[in-house]
Amino acid sequence: MKRSVSKGLSPQAIKPHHGSFQETQSEKAFHSFNLVLMLGLTLITIYPLLHVLFASFSDPGLLMKTKGLVLFPKGFNTRAYFVVFNNPDIVNGYVNTITYMVLGTCLSMALTILGAYVFSRSQAIWTKYLVFFAAFTMWFRPSMIPFFLTVSRDMGMKNTIWSMIIPRAVTTYNLMVLRTGFAQVPASLEESARIDGANDFTILFRIFVPLCVANLAVVTLFYMVANWNAWFDAMLFLNERSRFPLQLLLREILILNSTDSMLAASSVGQGDQVALGETIKYATIVIATLPILCVYPFIQKYFVKGVMIGAIKG
Amino acid sequence: MIAPKAANAINNGPIPKPMLSDRLKLDFRRYKYVYLMAIPIIIWYIAFCYWPLAGNAIAFKIFKPKAGVWGSPWAGLKHFREFFGSYYFLRLLRNTVTISVYGIIFSFPAPILLALLINEVKQPRIKRTVQTITYLPYFISTIVICGMLVDFLKKDGVITSLLAALGMSNENYLMRNDTFRSIYILSGIWQNMGWNSIIYIAALSSIDQELYEAARIDGAGRLKQTIHVTMPGLMPTIMVLLIIRVGAVLNVGYEKIILLYNAANAETSDVISSFVYRRGILEANYSYTTAVDLFNSAISFALVIVTNQISKRQTEYGLW
Repeated sequence: MKRSVSKGLSPQAIKPHHGSFQETQSEKAFHSFNLVLMLGLTLITIYPLLHVLFASFSDPGLLMKTKGLVLFPKGFNTRAYFVVFNNPDIVNGYVNTITYMVLGTCLSMALTILGAYVFSRSQAIWTKYLVFFAAFTMWFRPSMIPFFLTVSRDMGMKNTIWSMIIPRAVTTYNLMVLRTGFAQVPASLEESARIDGANDFTILFRIFVPLCVANLAVVTLFYMVANWNAWFDAMLFLNERSRFPLQLLLREILILNSTDSMLAASSVGQGDQVALGETIKYATIVIATLPILCVYPFIQKYFVKGVMIGAIKG
Repeated sequence: MIAPKAANAINNGPIPKPMLSDRLKLDFRRYKYVYLMAIPIIIWYIAFCYWPLAGNAIAFKIFKPKAGVWGSPWAGLKHFREFFGSYYFLRLLRNTVTISVYGIIFSFPAPILLALLINEVKQPRIKRTVQTITYLPYFISTIVICGMLVDFLKKDGVITSLLAALGMSNENYLMRNDTFRSIYILSGIWQNMGWNSIIYIAALSSIDQELYEAARIDGAGRLKQTIHVTMPGLMPTIMVLLIIRVGAVLNVGYEKIILLYNAANAETSDVISSFVYRRGILEANYSYTTAVDLFNSAISFALVIVTNQISKRQTEYGLW
């Protein structure tokens, strides 16, 4: 019996290739060993995240005394979250990030859907040149300085919201992912629509978009995550704190190690400040990461579609 | 289709191929909406990819803020010569190449290995759990990853304490030259291994099951099946991804390096792109750093071509 699975297969659906043959002793040993290995790997992967979560709810004083693993919250204290949520900078950063993410993802999706449709019209004479025109930039990326000069000087976007939305609007990789999805729509559907007098816009939005919801979901997720996690462009182009996205504020707190501005408003004694500063770090990580991790389970089953492009099809 | 052609041949001789201009006109009429849709994306690519690429010209100029990129005077190869002669040249090249090569040796095979092992797990529920959890770190931001590293690796941090319990040093591991590369590579594997395994798991699922049956009938055990059936089945995917990876070899993830860089680990952490950021953006040496970046791109491009050739000769798989 031949199984013909190639694309669009969710990871869960993959069946192991074990037949009715009897397992040998060494194979049994290998499977047990493999299970232990997988368990260990899973624990190593998840522990750092749990550590942050537990530490963020811990009592700052108790946490300071703890060395090594934190396997459950040390005491229970939500003070850090109060400080973080009452900090005007963080709240403002959250609003900025959401604004950039929503506007950025909408623009990205609009451009990507149109572009992917164009790229899937392989009968049109100019399409292959257009695909090359886009793919070329995957190999020859604009380097940092000319990109910086283009956006900040030539386009005059320095310190504007546009610098967070437009310059990185299209990811060629995502464009190719969506094109692969569009290319799999049966040609017969399009032909019958054309006979009924539909033009390309109708075909794109009435046939392609509804049929490629899974691909669109993955690409949207990619753009949302990229926007949510973006900080480098913000550092390049924004100088006003009031426009900073959350990630750039996180950089100050986590990397440049300054929780002073937050602590000043928190009215605790000198000694407690150091301890509270630690839990504040963990709490900011949690509130900055949780939203993305909440979207993730809903979209996980589409991941395979999201990594298949062009030539790479297993 | 054949009949009318034959009829034509009798009446008027073979039909001449339509003129190119006619074909273009017909194509344009038929696909006018498609080309209309292409306009926004063409404008975007020109403005944010091709225009900055042209802006690389400042590598051969002396950038004057008032004159802009195109009005500044030419300088020839001055900046390149300055870079090759500088103290930083060897250090940056060594660090960039070392981190990249370690990345290919350790980070590249990790997801392949993971995919093979996940594929051997027989219980669907365990398999799904392992996948869900190992994909997770991919979505965490670079800032948070580096923030966690700074916190875990400081004096008395989690990892530091664990290592101290094993008899190793209790000092801050990010303030050392000899540990930076391991930290960079291991955290990269932790973050990306699961996500990158997806493509291999998909490739594994498309291997013809009959091949396994045949191998079993021929008496091949699990290991032999892996070597003779699974690996050849994965090879095309591995090679294509390897070439892509080699092409990005010198585009070391500069975000992480910029965040983890400090004066104490600079000897091993400073790579070309972090140097470009420091000297270029922070100190406004635009022309000089663009030259440094161009040197980086030129080597990357050469590496892609070389890898592609080697791959085509050895395994018959290539990007072109």
